[in-house]
Amino acid sequence: MDILWAENTALTAREVGKLIADRDLAPTTVMTVLDRLTRKGFLERTRDGRAWRYEPAESRDAYIAELMLEALDLTGDRSAALTRFAQAVSGTEAEILRRALTELEEE
Amino acid sequence: MITAAALATLATACAVGSWRFTRAGWTSRAPRLAIILWQSLGVSWGLATTGAMLAYAVQPYGSGVLHGLIAFARGETPAQAWDPLHVLALIAGLTALAVLIAVLLTAGVQALRARRRHRMLLALISHDDPGVPGVRVLAHPSAAAYCVPGLRSQVVVSEGALKLLSEGELDAVLAHEAAHVRERHDLVLLPFAALRRALPWSKVVADAQAQVELLIEMAADDRARRYCSPRRLATALLRFGTAGAMPAPHGMMGLGAHNVMARVDRLIKPAPELAATVRYGFVALSVTLLTSAPILWVVQL
Repeated sequence: MDILWAENTALTAREVGKLIADRDLAPTTVMTVLDRLTRKGFLERTRDGRAWRYEPAESRDAYIAELMLEALDLTGDRSAALTRFAQAVSGTEAEILRRALTELEEE
Repeated sequence: MITAAALATLATACAVGSWRFTRAGWTSRAPRLAIILWQSLGVSWGLATTGAMLAYAVQPYGSGVLHGLIAFARGETPAQAWDPLHVLALIAGLTALAVLIAVLLTAGVQALRARRRHRMLLALISHDDPGVPGVRVLAHPSAAAYCVPGLRSQVVVSEGALKLLSEGELDAVLAHEAAHVRERHDLVLLPFAALRRALPWSKVVADAQAQVELLIEMAADDRARRYCSPRRLATALLRFGTAGAMPAPHGMMGLGAHNVMARVDRLIKPAPELAATVRYGFVALSVTLLTSAPILWVVQL
């Protein structure tokens, strides 16, 4: 996935396999992984002659943003899927907390 | 008829009790006990409400809710003939029961799905940090720390959080998240989130969910303070609260600062524990609530 994000064009399984230089992977392994990621919707593929060309469905940043939205509970559905440490507050409320923090740090 | 009346009384008592309990002041002094009491109130209310309708419905069989329902399912003919009122109660009772079970299952499946996708994305884009072993790190400047619960639970922090917190504070946050994982707080929250979805107009249910959300945080704080300095946990909380990383799109954060301050206050100045008699009283109340509804389902008064 990192390789596909780093390259800006769609790659075939063979090209991906070549770029994973540090590990000696069988071409079928690479193909299986790419195929599974496609089925799960993380990659999109297009026909190119006899091979498939794969590219990420979303940018890396888009996925990080999705996780962060869920993490900060900003999706609005208050589901019980994750448990979070604390919620950020805004405006005058944050001012109250900031004052409390300064007091604690001074003690 | 007496069984139905008793169950209806129990359901009303639970509803009134929940409403009173949303204003109870002692909950922050014994969060675990309060969570147990909330759970007992919830279970008892669900069983009593549906049970009251069904008890009236299967009255023609003259043999208690559960036995009556079994007899009905087997297609036995009741001792007395059906009349419209009993049929209506049967439909209403079975529908209510089915809705309660369905929302619970849906909420569970949805949470599992959301977590599976979340975990898969984490595997793809998060990285390890030698400074915090066993924790996944997200490359994002906002501060976030959370856990993805489950059999293979994962604690995740963002780079923003790593930058924001001192070492001691980070330890405190991780201890807090580990407590969530250990005590499976996600399972505690699930039924309340489900009930909220089933009864979105109910203020008591909304309050109950908000209360339980705060209580599990307090329970996790309590466990975390055994392993780290409570003061570090408190400053970490305040730092997170003031980070103000992402603008809130819904503007529903009225309780945020209040909740954070409540948690900070009890970390810095712990209130005395509840008196033993009071604690045992509430435990006894929970046990009574939890047992009475099922007993009334089985026994015919």
